[in-house]
Order: sequence, then structure tokens, then C-alpha cells
Amino acid sequence: MKRTIFNNQLLPWLLLAPQLAITFIFFLWPAGQAVKQSFLSQDAFGINTTFVGLRNFTALLDSAEYLNSLKVTAVFAVSVTLVSMGVALLLAVSVDRMLKSSRVYTTLLVWPYAVAPAVAGILWWFIFNPTVGIMPYMLDMIGYDWNHVSSKSDAMILVVIASAWKQISYNFLFFVAGLQAIPASLREAAAIDGAGPVRRFFDITFPLLSPTTFFLLVVNIVYAMFETFAVIDSTTEGGPAQATNIMVYKVYFDGFVGQNMGSSAAQSVVLMLIVIALTIIQFRWVEKKVEY
Amino acid sequence: MSRLFTASAVALIASLSAAHAKTEIQWWHAMGGELGAKLEEIVKGFNESQDEYNVVPSYKGTYPETMTAAIAAFRAKEQPAIVQVFEVGTGTMMAAEGAIVPVYQLMEEQGAEFDPSAFLPAVVGYYTDTDGNMLSMPFNSSTPILYYNKDVFEKAGLDPAAPPKTWAEMEEFSKKIMESGAAKCGFTTGWVSWIQTENLSAFHNQPIGTEQNGIGGPSARLSLNGPVQVKHWENLKKWADEGIFKYGGPVGGDNAPPLFYSQECAMIMNSSASRAGVIANAKDFELGYGMLPYYDDVEGAPQNSIIGGATLWVLSGRPDEEYAGAAKFFEYLSSPEVQADWHQFSGYLPITQAAYDLGKEQGYYEENPGSEVGLQQVTLNEPTENSKGLRFGNYVQIRGIIDEEFEQLLAGDKDAQGALDAVVERGDALLEEFEAQSQ
Repeated sequence: MKRTIFNNQLLPWLLLAPQLAITFIFFLWPAGQAVKQSFLSQDAFGINTTFVGLRNFTALLDSAEYLNSLKVTAVFAVSVTLVSMGVALLLAVSVDRMLKSSRVYTTLLVWPYAVAPAVAGILWWFIFNPTVGIMPYMLDMIGYDWNHVSSKSDAMILVVIASAWKQISYNFLFFVAGLQAIPASLREAAAIDGAGPVRRFFDITFPLLSPTTFFLLVVNIVYAMFETFAVIDSTTEGGPAQATNIMVYKVYFDGFVGQNMGSSAAQSVVLMLIVIALTIIQFRWVEKKVEY
Repeated sequence: MSRLFTASAVALIASLSAAHAKTEIQWWHAMGGELGAKLEEIVKGFNESQDEYNVVPSYKGTYPETMTAAIAAFRAKEQPAIVQVFEVGTGTMMAAEGAIVPVYQLMEEQGAEFDPSAFLPAVVGYYTDTDGNMLSMPFNSSTPILYYNKDVFEKAGLDPAAPPKTWAEMEEFSKKIMESGAAKCGFTTGWVSWIQTENLSAFHNQPIGTEQNGIGGPSARLSLNGPVQVKHWENLKKWADEGIFKYGGPVGGDNAPPLFYSQECAMIMNSSASRAGVIANAKDFELGYGMLPYYDDVEGAPQNSIIGGATLWVLSGRPDEEYAGAAKFFEYLSSPEVQADWHQFSGYLPITQAAYDLGKEQGYYEENPGSEVGLQQVTLNEPTENSKGLRFGNYVQIRGIIDEEFEQLLAGDKDAQGALDAVVERGDALLEEFEAQSQ
């Protein structure tokens, strides 16, 4: 391969400058501020500041609310990932078998992805509103008293549905593309050998789909952990009794509503470490070990 | 061409200097909907009454959002001159000595007309420092009252002119209403923290915290896990299980008013300031008003209810001329005409005696049933140390804790004593932190 040699030492830096500036201003600088803030204790207006070392972090580990938030985040992320990937895979497999109108079907399924998370949240909030929503009305007919305002499990179900619904479209697209890359001859051969549709799916399609599945797994976990803020904010606001208070929402609530900057910064540093870990997993593991 | 250019340049400069002639004063507030429109009308009245200052109101969302926005703006040195802060933010604002200009000082420095004794004592007590100086400008104060559906009362065979006075009656009436099929639930409530905890305590002359509910200083700690509060929370849990009481959600209880409007619940306890909204929504039935219920076996009950709502704080670090304008604006705001108009439109309490008297003169209270209930309730008795108000740091978060623990109680994870003990324990941790931060 031919390598381009730049004789001018300045030019590459100039070309990189816009990107570097963006990275510095929007990533490195705020991250540095958060790290600095996490070692400080400050009043709301920032008038009195004291250095407290690791106290903000030790306080987090001692806090039952924070440990609860970790647990809630884990349950939430796993549920969202399973629901959105499961449903997407089911839909993708159905589309793959369709001969006619699969394009229309695909187009329609992609629509929810264009809906902003806050709008998706409001949408589901209305559908499940205990007083005016259609779902509680229907659930009432089969004898279930839906109330996500006071029931922790109902609230969790609501935010999982609202968050997963949006992500189904994205997963669906990747699964459809992944399915189309699997040669039809393999499945036909299995069919001739007498394998039924279920057997063919689990023995041939699903294993061959694993690169896509691994990739989506990481993407979905990242989505559930970091991009669902708007859904939570517009539906449950972390309640009831912190049952849906995921880590990202807690950072916002403690810092911006509660004005406790030190603790909020310490929590965002913890989140930063999680992002770094997930990124390493994605690059070291998923991208290299799974064969495409 | 060049002449045209010169002419337009001159016109531009002229328009710019005209805009500069008026000093702009930013006012961030949290009044949405009908109240927001009325607020803008009041501001317009001020802007048209003189030509030196132009007050620019900006709606910043809910109370916590508005306060958060102002604090963030202060840290970025982009703060507005005036910000509306709700009563529970008072502790935080007062402690921020370098960030605020106390109102008594502002009015003194600007030589404005200002007489603290003209304000209603129940209102002023909440917002003065220990030396009796007013730190912020009372704007909208309210107190919770009971709204009830007269049609449902009649259907259930109850006297539509007699709202329940005690919690025992509340339970009895609710049961009758549900058994007769007149409504599916007895009552709901907005603000579990403000109404069912803080006001419940004040109305029964029970302390919420030490140091006169925190007014005495930042060393105060919570004490709202007393027998009356525990008994009441226990009852609410019991009534929730029986379907008599429906929970409307945390903070203000967004789901509570729809329950009342749709006639699912026969009664609601909510701010006297929601009167305008309640009237607008209660089109299909006749509305009744009453005072908050009390337990008649508690000595000293009913005492008096405490206020909620918000005051206007002046932030430091703005140009001098803006402070002159802010003082002028405050003079205008507290004039009896503006106050009476605002009070009568919104259901907020009149904050000055003069505005109250003006309303009486106009015969407003006779014409509008229910409009005086809040006033009567807040002035029912001479306020005691337990019913003057409350002032704690980090109280926005503590209110959140009250909601959370109440939800734990409803979910059956804790009993009333356990939930209220947890409020005290978690709240005290925040109070300790606040005391340490503000020193």
C-alpha cells in the first residue's frame, strides 16, 4: 500500500485542528471539570469550596440510594436490551421470509427511530396514564390495576417498553442486513436434510448472525444506560421511590435539581469509567474475536 | 445608493439608542398557563406605566427548574436580576449571602417606598431573617385547601353544603360516597410533602424540625416523625389500600387534579392558587370549598396552615441601573391594586393588608365563594413556633425524600414509622452537609 507522505509538518495538524478542538471543548475539558469537581464540596452558588479528597466517592458507596441505582440500571439495561433485540430479531426474521411488500414493512418499522426520546416518553406516558390512558383502561377489563405512579414494577415496565420500542427499529435494520448476508443455500441444504424452521433458525441462522448480535448487544447496553434520560424524565422522573432512577438520571437529579455538585460529579466519574470499560470490551473483544 | 445606506444606518443607530434608553430587567419565573398570562399582563402594566425600565419576564419551567436555571446562570455569570424562587428554596437562597441582594437593603439603597409591616404577618414570617429583615419580595403565596364535588355529595346522600371537618368525617364521607356508587374514590391530594406532611404538622401544632422548624438557624434537624404524622401516614396507607385515597404522584402530584376533574375522586386537597384552574376544569359539576381536615383528638388542632408559593429574589452582580428598576418594579407589584387583581385572579393570598381590605371593599369575597377559605385558614390562630413556616437547607431534595419514603410506604416496603424515620435520617444527612457547605 502506498503511503502519503506530508512534507509540511503544519498541514496535518491544521487539518486535524477542528476535530481536536471539538474533542477538547466538548469531551476532555468537561470531563476534566467533572473529575476536579468530584474532589470538591461546594454550596449551590459556588461561593464556598473545600477540597474533600475521596469523600464524595466513599459517600456514594455508603449510600443505599446509589447502590439501588446501580441495581436499577442493571435490571433496566438488561431488560431493554433483551426486549428490543428479541422483538427486532423476530420482526427481521419475518421480513426475511416475506416475498412481497417487505420494503413497505421495513420502511414502516424504521419510523419509530426518527422519534425523539422525549416524544417517545410522552407518547407512552399518555398510553399508560393511569387516569386517561388507553392501556390501564384495557388492563382494568382483565382485572389488572395498572398504576406506574405508585407501583415500582409497573413503572419499570413502562420505562422498559418506552425505551425498547424506540430501539427496535435500529436493531431491526441491522438484523435484516445480517440475515440477508447469510447464503440461502445453507438453509436450503438444511431444509433438504429435513430440519424444520425452528431447527434451521437455531442451528444455522442464529450462529451466523452472531457478529451482528454481539455488536447490537454492546450498542443496546450503551443506549439503555446513557441515552434513555429523556424517556425517564418524561415518564417517571426516576420514581416511584427511586424504582426507575438509573445512574444517568441520578447524576442529573442530584446535581441539577438537588444542587449537590460534588456527589453528582463523583457519579459522573463512575459513569465515565463504565463507558471506558464498555469501549474497551467493544474494541478488544467484539470487533476482534467475532469473525465477520 | 449611498444616501439610502446612510439613511438606513442612521435609522438603525436611532433604533438602537432608543432600545438602550430603556434598561432591561430580566425576570425569570415559573408561572405557566393562565397564571403566566396574567403575570405578563401585570408586567406589561408596569412597562407602560413609565418609560425608563422594561421588565422582561421569561418562563423557565417548574419551580425547581427555575431555581436550578438561575443558580447555573449565576455560576456562569449570566444571572437575571430577579428570579422567582419557591418557599422551600428559601433556605438555600438565604445562605447564599454573596449571591443575593436582600430586598430590604435594595429598597433602602434605592430609596424606594417600602413598609414591611404592610404585609400579612403569616406571609412575612416565612421570609425574614432572625433580625426581622425581609430578604425577598413576597409575590405569590398560597395555602392548601379542600375542594369537593357537590354533585357527588348529593348523590351519596351527604349535605352538599357541609364539607368534612375532621379526618374521621373524611373517612366516613368517603366510604358513603364509594358505597353509594357516587364516585370511585373518596379523595386525592396534590403535594404529599407540603400538604400531608408540613401543613398537617402545622395544623396540629406539631414541629417539623428543631430550631423553630429551621427558622432559628442552619443547625436545625428534622423531627417530623412524631406520633401525629405517623398516625396520619398510617391512615393514608390504610385508605390507599381500601381505595378511599388515591395517590397522585410525587412533587405536586400531577395525576391528582385529573382524578378530581373526571369525578373519579370526590375531593382533592390542593393549593388555594389552583382555584382558577379547578374552576376552569370543573365544568360538569358544582364545586365546594372547605378547610383542611384535622384530627379532633389532637390538642391544639386546628392551629393554622402555612403558606407555600414563591417570592422574588434579587441576584447580585448586575449593573446598578437594573437595581433601581427592580426597586421600582417591586413598588408597583406590592401596590394594593396590582395585588388585589393578582390575588382575585389567581387564588394566591393577598400579601398585603391593603389588598385584602380592597377586596373586601369591592365585595369580592361575597361574590366568589371559596376565595376567602385559604385566608381564613392561614390566619385561624396566632402562629406558633410550629406553624410560622419552615426553613431548611437542601430542602428541595428533602421534599423528594418525603415523596420517596411515602411511595415506599404505599408499596408496602415500610410502615409509617419506618418511612418517617427514614425521612428524618436521610434528611438530617443533607442538613449536616448543608451546614458544613455554607460555613
